[in-house]
Amino acid sequence: MARPQPRFPEPDTQPFYDATKEHRLTYQQCNSCKNVVFYPRAHCTACGSRDLAWKDSKGVGTVYTYSVVRLNRHPAFAPLGPYAVAYVDLDEGFRILTNIVGVNDPLTDVKIGQRVKVQWEDQESGIALPMFAPA
Amino acid sequence: MAAQKRDAAIVGIYEYPLRKAPGVTPLQIKADCAAKALADAGLSWKDVDAVYDAQDGAGMSGLSLPEYFGFKPNVIDTTAVGGSSYEFHASHARRAIASGKAKVALLTYGSTAHSDSRAIGTGGGGMGAGAPSPLDNMQSPYGMTLIANYAMVAHRHMHQYGTTGADLARIAVATRAHAVRNPEAVQAMTDLLYVGTGEITVDDVLGSRMVADPLHLLDCCMVSDGGGAVVIASADVARDCKKKPVWIIGSGEATKYSENGGDLTVSAAAQSGPVAFGEAGVKPSELDIAMIYDSFTITVMVMLEDLGFCKKGEGGAFVSEQRLRWDSPLKPALNTDGGGLSSNHPGMRGIFLLLEAARQLRGESTSQRAGAKLAVAHGNGGMLATSHTGGTIILAAD
Repeated sequence: MARPQPRFPEPDTQPFYDATKEHRLTYQQCNSCKNVVFYPRAHCTACGSRDLAWKDSKGVGTVYTYSVVRLNRHPAFAPLGPYAVAYVDLDEGFRILTNIVGVNDPLTDVKIGQRVKVQWEDQESGIALPMFAPA
Repeated sequence: MAAQKRDAAIVGIYEYPLRKAPGVTPLQIKADCAAKALADAGLSWKDVDAVYDAQDGAGMSGLSLPEYFGFKPNVIDTTAVGGSSYEFHASHARRAIASGKAKVALLTYGSTAHSDSRAIGTGGGGMGAGAPSPLDNMQSPYGMTLIANYAMVAHRHMHQYGTTGADLARIAVATRAHAVRNPEAVQAMTDLLYVGTGEITVDDVLGSRMVADPLHLLDCCMVSDGGGAVVIASADVARDCKKKPVWIIGSGEATKYSENGGDLTVSAAAQSGPVAFGEAGVKPSELDIAMIYDSFTITVMVMLEDLGFCKKGEGGAFVSEQRLRWDSPLKPALNTDGGGLSSNHPGMRGIFLLLEAARQLRGESTSQRAGAKLAVAHGNGGMLATSHTGGTIILAAD
């Protein structure tokens, strides 16, 4: 069974997921106050301005925190075995919820402070999900 | 310091005794508890003029609950902010009573989460209910269970401050010691098939199954059925009630959510706590009782710090089974009913924090702290790492 997928119409996150089809990790920055906005929205969370610019991230960041899930009854995750859920701080200043992949054993190979780089998991729907592997 | 106000008091309480209640509905639990809490106060069904509800019954409960109960309230408040809803309700009831809008406010809760077999903590990652939301779209693909959400806060706390699994475990150990003294909690653990219903050690917690690193099974609350009711009344009504009033002397409300660059080890309590303590004119160190939402051990650790019982990051050194126990010479005693960890957690525990705090200040707890005069009830709702609410209520004995 496939992972739960983002659902549309949902205009705030539509441009983000459109960009993932080209493996571009995007975020927003406010043109008036320069605040970095993420997750995507139509307004700036610092000043309320609706003048936001979309930017491409280099996809490199640091693990802020994580947990290794041993038990999830959802049928997409139940067969996976232990997997790491994490918040990653991108170098451009935004924090994303994601999975840490590309490690031999998530129980021992994921660390807070670890440098990671985006790795795309293509979905049947055509979008891709940004995940992160050790840089 | 402004003069402490005593406009409103908890005058009636009732906790549904069962944690496994097949065949009853949340609405029936709510009405049953309402009648018994009113009787505890010496008030009647027709005295209720304000209804508070967290929408745990039928849809649009501001409409359906007064109709189901048969009330004609002047004040209707359906603030639904998860487990802390009841601290928000107590705060709002106090305000409505102080302004003269109401005299007798009723808060009720009912849930059959256990009988419904809801996988609250380990069912994460799913979606599909309701309209799409941006936050859901950004989170649901990654399989973050509710327990993993709290576990991420625990990991960061450990990384930032050197907190250990043993530090967290001490919270579960002290809470269990209280549960063992509470017959309803012992029955709850029996009915919910706990491996043992006696006291536990730090090693028991650390040796229990890891659910989401670094949280073990015994760091996590139960999923029970249950419910309760609280009656809050004006000072003039309270004076004529059967039991001594338990005064609401301070309240605070806040939200906290994940932000770019934000510190996940700080909860909404850091905002709601100072407001409540400031209004009450008391310091955390003066409090006899801390009823703090124990969905998980880390929840309590973070909130002890944020409420100001110790400095941020020093929770690990602050907690010891000796300090937190009912019979300790140190303050505060923690979750003396056995908590969500070992007595009652049907999904939204906030009402039980008010109930046990009131019992303590009346002298009715099964783990009574001698001479308890001041208590805090701090509720937490939602997901600690993603977005949550905090509601702080400071209570004083008559």
